[in-house]
Amino acid sequence: MSDTTQTGPVLAADGTPLKRSLMRALRREKMRALLLIAPLLLFVLVTFIAPIVDMLFRSVENEIVSETLPKTVVALEGYDFHTGEAPGEAVFAALAADLKIAVEAKTHTRLGSRLNYEKTGISSLFRKTGRDVKKWDLEADAPFREKFIAADKDWADPDVWRVIQTYSGKYTNGYFLNAIDMEKGPEGPQWRDESQQIYLMLLKRTMFLSITITLSCLLLGYPVAWLLSNIPMRTSNLLMILVLLPFWTSLLVRTSAWKVLLQQQGVINDVLVWIGLVDDANRLVMINNQFGTIVAMTHILLPFMILPLFSVMRTIPPSYLRAAKSLGATDWTAFWRVYFPQSIPGIGAGSILVFILSIGYYITPELVGGTTGVFISNRIAYHISSSLNWGLGAALGTILLLLVLVLYWLYDRIVGIDNVKLG
Amino acid sequence: MRLTKLLLAASALSLTATSAMAAEMTIVSWGGAYSKSQQLAYHDPYMAANPDVKIINDESSNEAVAKLRAMNEAGNITWDVVDVVASDAIRLCDEGLAMEIDFDSQLADGDDGSKATEDFGELLVSDCFIPQIVYSTTFAYRTDLVGDTPPSSVCDIFDLAKYPGKRSLEKRPINNMEWALLCDGVAKGDVYDVLSTEAGQAQAFAKLDTIKDSVIWWSAGADTPQLLADGEVIMGSTYNGRLFALIEEQKQPVAMLWDAQVFDLDGWIIPAGLPDDRKQAALDYVRFATDTQRLADQAKFISYGPARKSSAPLVGKHAELGIEMAPHMPTDPENAKNTFLYNYEWWADYRDDLDAKFQAWLAK
Repeated sequence: MSDTTQTGPVLAADGTPLKRSLMRALRREKMRALLLIAPLLLFVLVTFIAPIVDMLFRSVENEIVSETLPKTVVALEGYDFHTGEAPGEAVFAALAADLKIAVEAKTHTRLGSRLNYEKTGISSLFRKTGRDVKKWDLEADAPFREKFIAADKDWADPDVWRVIQTYSGKYTNGYFLNAIDMEKGPEGPQWRDESQQIYLMLLKRTMFLSITITLSCLLLGYPVAWLLSNIPMRTSNLLMILVLLPFWTSLLVRTSAWKVLLQQQGVINDVLVWIGLVDDANRLVMINNQFGTIVAMTHILLPFMILPLFSVMRTIPPSYLRAAKSLGATDWTAFWRVYFPQSIPGIGAGSILVFILSIGYYITPELVGGTTGVFISNRIAYHISSSLNWGLGAALGTILLLLVLVLYWLYDRIVGIDNVKLG
Repeated sequence: MRLTKLLLAASALSLTATSAMAAEMTIVSWGGAYSKSQQLAYHDPYMAANPDVKIINDESSNEAVAKLRAMNEAGNITWDVVDVVASDAIRLCDEGLAMEIDFDSQLADGDDGSKATEDFGELLVSDCFIPQIVYSTTFAYRTDLVGDTPPSSVCDIFDLAKYPGKRSLEKRPINNMEWALLCDGVAKGDVYDVLSTEAGQAQAFAKLDTIKDSVIWWSAGADTPQLLADGEVIMGSTYNGRLFALIEEQKQPVAMLWDAQVFDLDGWIIPAGLPDDRKQAALDYVRFATDTQRLADQAKFISYGPARKSSAPLVGKHAELGIEMAPHMPTDPENAKNTFLYNYEWWADYRDDLDAKFQAWLAK
């Protein structure tokens, strides 16, 4: 054991270098910690991260065309729609062979509804032609060009072939283009016809309304949170129940209640007419517009603002305000210079919470928003559950997600995310 | 020891017994009064005749298409029979998510001996879809708010001079575009040809523009009845069954305007890719639930017309109100003087395009 005296790495009791031994111990510690959180991590991965990644992927995925029409896609490679004519017999023969298989597997109609998002009429084109193709014999019935055109004259339309060719890749940026009111035109990306532009406008409106709702929540919530945190515990607990009460009421019930209150023959208008403030013929329009959406959503999201504000304000010692006043500050200065800065973490947390929740809301706007008070999430919901254009829904969702991340980053730069406190 | 064995044996026995008993069948429908009518007319008698089947109700029909697609992708289909409207059924059939039905062999013959394809006739709009009821989207008006001459034509909706006040229309292009053209002088037979052109679409939007400021747009079937009951609107469109409830059950001062009502169908589909035993069970249920008597029975509980011709003579009185149901059916000759049938093929093509235009128009 004479080695131990020599200069060199310090050794642990078991003879390994101390550094390595320490590392091993630390690693074991880390592994243990990882094992402890493994169930949660796995849960989050499976139920949260994976679905989001899968959704993001749908916004560019476009395998259906090349999978359903593999031969046609290859045969179409040299085709130029500028000629103004449908492609030649080779392409139609390939199409017949592909459709024969697709009709057996009943995938041709699915492809039809996919391509119908890009060009109106393709859905029925594939459905109709499918019925004819079923009866054809690939050997005996050639050539197919005239047969297809006889089955439906749309096959002679070069624009149909342009769409098939444009969307023949495995991936596409088409959904993202659609999501910002553009489309893949004959000469590359172009703006959609003005009569179809809607998403950019909705995106702007969603931002505007969400910010307005966040601000009005803050304006209404701040005094309430201040009151709650400055009265005796017993009373504040009681009042807290009042804040939480709407939480426990069904969303639909609350929304319908706003209808009863705000509509033209509703309670508020009736009262205003009765006391003579409003003429019976000119009752106020307070619902089925942006105003209705803002009021109803502010009401629904208010607790999300009050709770973080309250928990932050509780930790601000009242003695600070008294100290400021004893040093000669007016009420306003004491509040603005001493109290308010300390409540900012609560404002940050509440605002982020309310903003992110309101950006994704769609049930309430659908019910009380009329035509001017609906959000982009209403269109996402429509594309997911009704039109089945999941790719477009995913692209819109991705854009919304990126927008939230950018805002979050901005907030971090301006206010600092360390400054957010939920309690 | 013996006791444990006994217990084990007993529990094993009860397990096998319950699994044999629990031939559960999940049937998806719309909920509310409609599901109740199906429970009374179809489910209860079916379970009485087949004590080993237990029917579980799921009220997801309005998102059935999306959910079936998700189930199909996940490879785990938990539904056995699904109630959808015809346009959804066509979509499901196109996507390969619904099973094709051989109507004559897999459905019961009519009471009058006719084959199923004859009995349902032109209502068989998709290979996957078994029609159940004919319902209509039509108008109703407040009798006390429209003056002395009540509206008699669908075009009165567009007549602000004669009937000033708000009206409610559905927040989608379907039906509204057709009514707009009909009232702008387009013949009934030409509506879809005109609507296929850009100019025709512009014409329909221009007609709708004339009343746009006086319209409250609805998205849930219960909206119009509520708006009518509160006097928010003087007239509005919705499903005729909702209006029946408003008029006959809640006794509101509201009357029907059947002119240019748009017929639509609701019925069953069976999801594609069910295991064989569940498929057989689902087919057995559907065969029972769509026979002549069962379809006529449903009309006792809700004012929707049975889809089989042979059921019409069997429609009787409302089970609770005791009134004759026939005059309240959209298919009654008095009501069906001027009707319109939802053109499924056409809307399958134009829906995406026109919906984008309609939403952009609304937002303007």
